[in-house]
Amino acid sequence: MLITCPYCGPRDVIEFTYQGDGNRERPQPASQNLDAWNAYVYDRLNPAGDHNEIWQHSGGCRSHLRVVRNTLTHEIRSTTFARGGHKSADNRAEGRS
Amino acid sequence: MADHQLPERLSPLEPEYHPGSHGNFEHGVDVILSETRPGSILQLAAWPSEEKRLIEAIRKVTGLALPDGAGGGVSNGGRAAFGFAPGKFTVVDEAEGLAAAFAGAITPAIGTLTDLSHGRTAIRIAGPKAEWVMAKFFAIDFALPAFPLGAGRSTNHHDIFAQIQRSGADQFDIYVFRSFARSFWKALCHASEEVGYEVQ
Repeated sequence: MLITCPYCGPRDVIEFTYQGDGNRERPQPASQNLDAWNAYVYDRLNPAGDHNEIWQHSGGCRSHLRVVRNTLTHEIRSTTFARGGHKSADNRAEGRS
Repeated sequence: MADHQLPERLSPLEPEYHPGSHGNFEHGVDVILSETRPGSILQLAAWPSEEKRLIEAIRKVTGLALPDGAGGGVSNGGRAAFGFAPGKFTVVDEAEGLAAAFAGAITPAIGTLTDLSHGRTAIRIAGPKAEWVMAKFFAIDFALPAFPLGAGRSTNHHDIFAQIQRSGADQFDIYVFRSFARSFWKALCHASEEVGYEVQ
């Protein structure tokens, strides 16, 4: 399986590390909403088809990536940098200026 | 800044570094392996949206004009620079003291400077079969159109991270962790046996 890193280009999957479901939204760290935490930890869509995922190109440029992978065919539909255009995992402001 | 007496740098390859021709060289030596031992190896990283200012600082300090684009780089013999990750660059100088030269140029608002001169080992592979031997190690395209002159690539060989710069049409410079360098060197020598190699 090849994943096309937006920086490095197509690389073998062995260079990448799966970092989990990309659909999760982590509650604020101080949140005491147990349903939200339960959903964050346990609830998964488990689709038979396109799936949003977070990967890291750990054996290359080390960028964190948002990957859409088809769970039936392993086709990689898209890869983009996880940074920007999306809330970070704990909803903190991203970047600095 | 106080003047430091820099410690003498010893090669981690020394016990396995055997100058001369080795392997299947009866019909000629097809790769030349060497340790380039640059005096300065720096890693520069820009904060988001500060990349252009960092590239400009590299140009001012080293005279190296980095091209646009992922993995773009330039090599002029004594000095070299290439991108290895978004907003991150490796800059190399055969002379020591490059970190001090950058000290005023990379302000905290632009990014960070990490001196890896003692943390990386630079290995050069050159010759008509350099691409062939490299392709046995790394699952990336080493053909000149896909990996142009001066460009850099980040990849790894069995968990040994490697930053690779093409410093000639048939020449690559490989930067590996110093602590893994001897193991990597031995593997590279074994891989070069079939084509005949010379250690310089």
